[in-house]
Amino acid sequence: MELRSYLSRVRGLGASHEGTHHFWVQRVSGIALVPLVIWFVLSATSIVGADLATFKAWVGTHYNPVLLILLIVTMSHHAYLGLQVVIEDYVHGEAAKLTSLILIKFAAVLLGACAVFAVIRLTFGS
Amino acid sequence: MVEFTLPANSKVTEGKTFKASDGSNIKNFRIYRWDPDSGQNPRIDTYEVDLDKCGPMVLDALIKIKNEIDPTLTFRRSCREGVCGSCAFNIDGTNTLACTKSIDEIKGDVKVYPLPHMPVIKDLVPDLNVPYAQYRSIEPWLQADTQPPTTERLQSPEEREKLDGLWECILCFCCQTSCPSYWWNGDRYLGPAILLQAYRWIADSRDEATGKRLDNLDDPFRLFRCHTIMNCTNTCPKGLNPGKAIAEIKKALVQRR
Repeated sequence: MELRSYLSRVRGLGASHEGTHHFWVQRVSGIALVPLVIWFVLSATSIVGADLATFKAWVGTHYNPVLLILLIVTMSHHAYLGLQVVIEDYVHGEAAKLTSLILIKFAAVLLGACAVFAVIRLTFGS
Repeated sequence: MVEFTLPANSKVTEGKTFKASDGSNIKNFRIYRWDPDSGQNPRIDTYEVDLDKCGPMVLDALIKIKNEIDPTLTFRRSCREGVCGSCAFNIDGTNTLACTKSIDEIKGDVKVYPLPHMPVIKDLVPDLNVPYAQYRSIEPWLQADTQPPTTERLQSPEEREKLDGLWECILCFCCQTSCPSYWWNGDRYLGPAILLQAYRWIADSRDEATGKRLDNLDDPFRLFRCHTIMNCTNTCPKGLNPGKAIAEIKKALVQRR
């Protein structure tokens, strides 16, 4: 039974004073992804169906590894921020919400790290 | 988790039909009914209304039904001219005021439901205690530390103009209850009506508590559950733009970082 007043329920634990940072970073990473994704699509279409040697050469060319790493890091972070919002919207049990938030954080970092490692290896590896 | 289907005791059933005795200009009004004392599921009752003997607005028909056909029909109404915000219902699939919605605009049967996703007290009367408490939580009154002048607090015409599109809100909660984000997280998200009111005080040049007001809104749930779905702006019966007011609050929060 809950006999708290409506106002007390609505005020809850108070404002967390951190929503703006999330909002801003999501927008900035979104803006950064526009040129990165356009570059990636235009550039990557030239090597569709290529063999490993050509692919390695493409990854290691000029600024390509830098742009690829920027794309991977920005995209992982942006995807995490977006999924976080979806989970906060729809998952209401506190335990299920925390578990899913932690899992997607780990997944985003793991996938991002693997992809960055692959770029480094393709660039410098034998 | 979010529930996508209604619980068994909330499934809406087909109710009674009240036939019109005569008349050639008959329109069917299909109205949501629920009586908390009966223990039964909600139902849709159909009322045949002779439009030749009825005023032009949906509220005229509802009052005619209550006065002449079925006095048990329960709904809120007061000013009948779009100023009080009492007669907000979901009419023909859109939240709007029954007193300013013309029957002519509606093709086919007129379907009238209570405002969506709020607990129903009876028939078309929703429980609005939570949004009222949310309204109180934004402290909707002028706050100033400067010694009050002996005359009015002055405001330039340009400063006053910033309140246009905000002061007209009548708190009917059509926008509030049209917002999917408010449906899923109405316990923590303040909703478009309350955020428009919050911005009304943030935008007021006479108010001195802007920073405190922004502090209270800077929260992933209170403000940032708004995903600019814009149902609020589409449905507002007064033609206001709560979506823009919310965007202005977000802008102010980014600006002060």
